[in-house]
Amino acid sequence: MAIATPVWREVRASYALVERNINLSKRYWGWELAFLAYTIAQSLAIVLTANGVPSVSGQSINTSRVVLYLAIGTLTWSYMASLFSAIAESVQWERWEGTIEYTMMAPISRLTYMLGSCLFGVIYGLARTAFVLLALMLMFHLQVDTAGLWPALVIVAVGSVSFVGIGIMAATLPLLFTEKGAQMTFVIEALLLLISGVYYPISVLPFWMQPASHISPATYILTGIRDQLLPHSGSVDLAANLVPLAVIGLVTVPLGIWIFGRAEHFAKRTGRLKRSG
Amino acid sequence: MSTLLEINLADDIVRRRDAVTQALQVNDVTKAFGGPSLLRRGKDVKPVLAVDHISLSVRRGEIYGILGANGSGKSTLIRLIATLLLADSGSVEVFGHDVVTDSAIVKRMINRVSVEASLFKKLSAMENLMYAARLYSVPPARARKQIAQILTALGIPAKRLHHPVDGMSRGMQQKVAIARALLTSPVLLLLDEPTTGLDPRSKRDVQRFVRDLRDTHDATVVVTSHDMEEADALCDRIAIVDNGRIVVEGTSAELKEEHIRRHPMDTNPSLEDVFMEITGRSLEDDIGEGE
Repeated sequence: MAIATPVWREVRASYALVERNINLSKRYWGWELAFLAYTIAQSLAIVLTANGVPSVSGQSINTSRVVLYLAIGTLTWSYMASLFSAIAESVQWERWEGTIEYTMMAPISRLTYMLGSCLFGVIYGLARTAFVLLALMLMFHLQVDTAGLWPALVIVAVGSVSFVGIGIMAATLPLLFTEKGAQMTFVIEALLLLISGVYYPISVLPFWMQPASHISPATYILTGIRDQLLPHSGSVDLAANLVPLAVIGLVTVPLGIWIFGRAEHFAKRTGRLKRSG
Repeated sequence: MSTLLEINLADDIVRRRDAVTQALQVNDVTKAFGGPSLLRRGKDVKPVLAVDHISLSVRRGEIYGILGANGSGKSTLIRLIATLLLADSGSVEVFGHDVVTDSAIVKRMINRVSVEASLFKKLSAMENLMYAARLYSVPPARARKQIAQILTALGIPAKRLHHPVDGMSRGMQQKVAIARALLTSPVLLLLDEPTTGLDPRSKRDVQRFVRDLRDTHDATVVVTSHDMEEADALCDRIAIVDNGRIVVEGTSAELKEEHIRRHPMDTNPSLEDVFMEITGRSLEDDIGEGE
């Protein structure tokens, strides 16, 4: 038979990860449903906060812009967190099932492994976010600037790459720390949530915390999407957010793969691949 | 040579492999675990030497057995060959390719079955094996056909192929794990106690399949075992490992002859007699300890 070219072979092999993770999601559909219900409830609660502002503050204000502001935050975060978790958890699944040695023994590059995990992460993140969006649309009247939809999707696409890079870095945690590695990825997620202006402008952060927001890709994704979708937001300079996102992606993806490679080397030197969660 | 074995290997690798008579060459390999580290500096932590200057050669087409108690270093040695561990010193070559510098090539030649089936428990046998097939670039249509063939040959009915493996017995799960290794057409198959915990019939199925694999597909097999009868029946040559070292190596007949030479009164020794004499204990003493 004809020997597949190495690149095509690697691309095809990456589908193994996509198919495996889809199969796992199907088999654990009950848990997926429960987790989705949790995310929807959380998103609704966050956006409902906007409707509570007038009674809490005692001032009569138009909340529709606040609703949309928080809806964009919760939707974007739902997608990013799902993408990030799917990548980081792909190693955790292997730890849990004890299959990590078999995957590491397979003749594929780590780039292929990560490509497959990331592809699934994007599919998984988009699917979950679509359900959250549906729930928000049913409960709130979301009025967006439709002209900004396509540029906003471009920002999500470019921003996903930088989140993939951070996800790959986070995936080293369950690789090295069997028991608590997956939980440690939540720390990274929480820090990004804190500094990136998901539910508030970064200007409300303490001044010493604000510089950190400039290295978070989520800051640029959220600012960019809000610029495009919030009516009368003033600034619509797409490049102002796309360029930093592209730079962060160009840095974090190779850096993530390098860090994962070093972690794998360390695990092979110290025998950490052997232990299952 | 079956074409089954060629699907993952480039022509130049196949040519080089065919020219090499040694399937596996382990040269003075050592591996220790633990010892002082950044986190444990200053504490009295001594490294544990799991593999202590082991050298061995396995000829192409051979079934080579490694016998040893739990903790003797045999699983560590298998992991070193399988590219899952990095040796502290020495080298390992599979068909002339170094397992560290040529790991991508070596990974296409080998596969491993360990004492634990290590499958995605909620996935079906077919889903687990398709995952492996895709990772090893086995065309999906061919993989599906081979999966059914291999599992049927191992005694798993076709109707179980699409059920989650967590509903299968341990013996059946282990057969699925063996099928996973066979599906990728390894020319060097590493079996780390593959029949431990299996019922006698399943053991026989697996042993028969290992012989078939060698006889029909020109595969080389390295197998570790606690089962002396299995090793005696299956292996062309046997190494006994103790405290990380190979203490004796030869065919079963040679090991027994040597035993008789030292103990003329013991005219019909078993392999277990040989093992007990050399290591000073029986394998049964060690079963239950973790390696």
